[in-house]
Amino acid sequence: MDAIFDSINNLVKIIGDAIAGLVGSLLPHPISDIVVMALGTLAIFIVVLTLCAGLTYLERKLVARIQDRIGPNMAGPKGLLLPIADAIKLFTKELTTPAAADKWVYNLAPIIVMVFAVLTYAVVPFAPDVIGTNLNIGVFYIIAIGSASTIAILMAGWGSRNKFSLLGAFRTVAQLIGYEVPMLLNLIPIIMLTGSMSLVDIVERQWNTGVPFLIYFPLSALCFLISGLAETGRSPVDLLEAESEIVAGFHVEYSGMKFGLIMIGEYANSLAIAVVFVSLFLGGYRGPILPPYLWLLIKTLLVFFGFMWLRGTLPRVRIDQLLNMNWKFLVPISVVHILLIMFEGKLFVTDPARIAATGGILVPVLLQAVIMGGTSIGLLLGGLLLAGRSVRGERLQHDADMTARRTANQKAAMALVK
Amino acid sequence: MRTDFAFVGVMLLVVFGAVAVVPVLNGLLGPKKPNAAKQATYECGMETVGDAWVQFRVQYYLFALIFVLFDVGGVLLFPFALAYNGVAIWSVLVVMLFAGTLLAGLFYAWRKGVLTWD
Repeated sequence: MDAIFDSINNLVKIIGDAIAGLVGSLLPHPISDIVVMALGTLAIFIVVLTLCAGLTYLERKLVARIQDRIGPNMAGPKGLLLPIADAIKLFTKELTTPAAADKWVYNLAPIIVMVFAVLTYAVVPFAPDVIGTNLNIGVFYIIAIGSASTIAILMAGWGSRNKFSLLGAFRTVAQLIGYEVPMLLNLIPIIMLTGSMSLVDIVERQWNTGVPFLIYFPLSALCFLISGLAETGRSPVDLLEAESEIVAGFHVEYSGMKFGLIMIGEYANSLAIAVVFVSLFLGGYRGPILPPYLWLLIKTLLVFFGFMWLRGTLPRVRIDQLLNMNWKFLVPISVVHILLIMFEGKLFVTDPARIAATGGILVPVLLQAVIMGGTSIGLLLGGLLLAGRSVRGERLQHDADMTARRTANQKAAMALVK
Repeated sequence: MRTDFAFVGVMLLVVFGAVAVVPVLNGLLGPKKPNAAKQATYECGMETVGDAWVQFRVQYYLFALIFVLFDVGGVLLFPFALAYNGVAIWSVLVVMLFAGTLLAGLFYAWRKGVLTWD
């Protein structure tokens, strides 16, 4: 019985090992390694593409439901074949290139968006021992690769030589680079407690202590989620492609599969944010009873469902609101959060060996989690209170100004009538 | 260690190859009937006016500068976070000084009105 469970739990690893063994027996040593890597890469690529295709359908169906529509229902039963129909349609469209465009930059941009979106998955653990490569700088790599898509979007906007595209690209730069900062800062508490940047170590620590980092750092989780949404440019913060203001932003000049690549690339990016969020804060592939890859899928889909829900419910924010929230709220609060956690991590220690070395009070893991989680929530509430008060003050001031102006206008109008 | 990063290299090449085929394939499958109107820069159906490559407002540049400040600062915090378990409590004060300097820079920019978008 145990053997059966084990083989189900390690299904992916067993298949992978079998393929690696087969390739190893057919080819000489250094070449076989490279071929195995290439096959693994292709497997990740195909899984990501399939998931993204499925999710586009799911998202359209879900957003339609939220907006009281039926959604896609023509292609196949219940519209299930819609992703395939979309792919065929996009593949048979004419590829237009604007005469004024910078050809190289313009044509390279969609490819780069897609490539770097997929590259993120190299360090995400799908199950125990099933990972592209367990880099010791895991989360750092994700941030670095993530910022490459900013460059790709700037390339698309600049290369198109279109006013809307360029406007979209410049908004992107202001938005994406801004939100990279809270993302970066909110990884630091996790790295401090884990003592490693590898995603595998982070997942395993959550499983070993039994407390996911969501309970440790709710504030970090929230900031990471918001900045992740902003980083991937999804609605409600999709200012880079705001249809109603700048038609489609940076990808207005793209047609056919070039547009398709940008679209899927962005999708793969937000899915990557969901997977990374799950690995960082929700315990990744670990969970009771079900096999690990299923747990990862379930958790990721739940987080992604949240993204879709946000998209269906919230209106788009303005760029000044977006940048204000980043620089005047998320960044300062994240820095203060890091400092508080640093002190608490030194004061309340769970490892007896470290008390001898650096001092501190010995506490059980759960108590440490509750203390840090309490600090996190307290800081969040305090920050919201402060921000809310200042915003309310500004709004009252604005209202007073408007009323004064209106009265002055009315007086002037009355004077004219007399 | 070396093979860890080799995977990223292989992945970059393989995925780049697989993705670069897509526009080529699309070019073969789709029609090719370019004309001047089709290749004009899109402007909501109007005649294209002027060039898009113009000077942009300086505010974007200022935001980028603050971003560089914080990105470099954040990256410098990573090694400390890794070594955190081994250091004594007073070293937290040093990091506090560092982070305080960063925040002071942010508040200076804030007071100067750089962060106000108008």
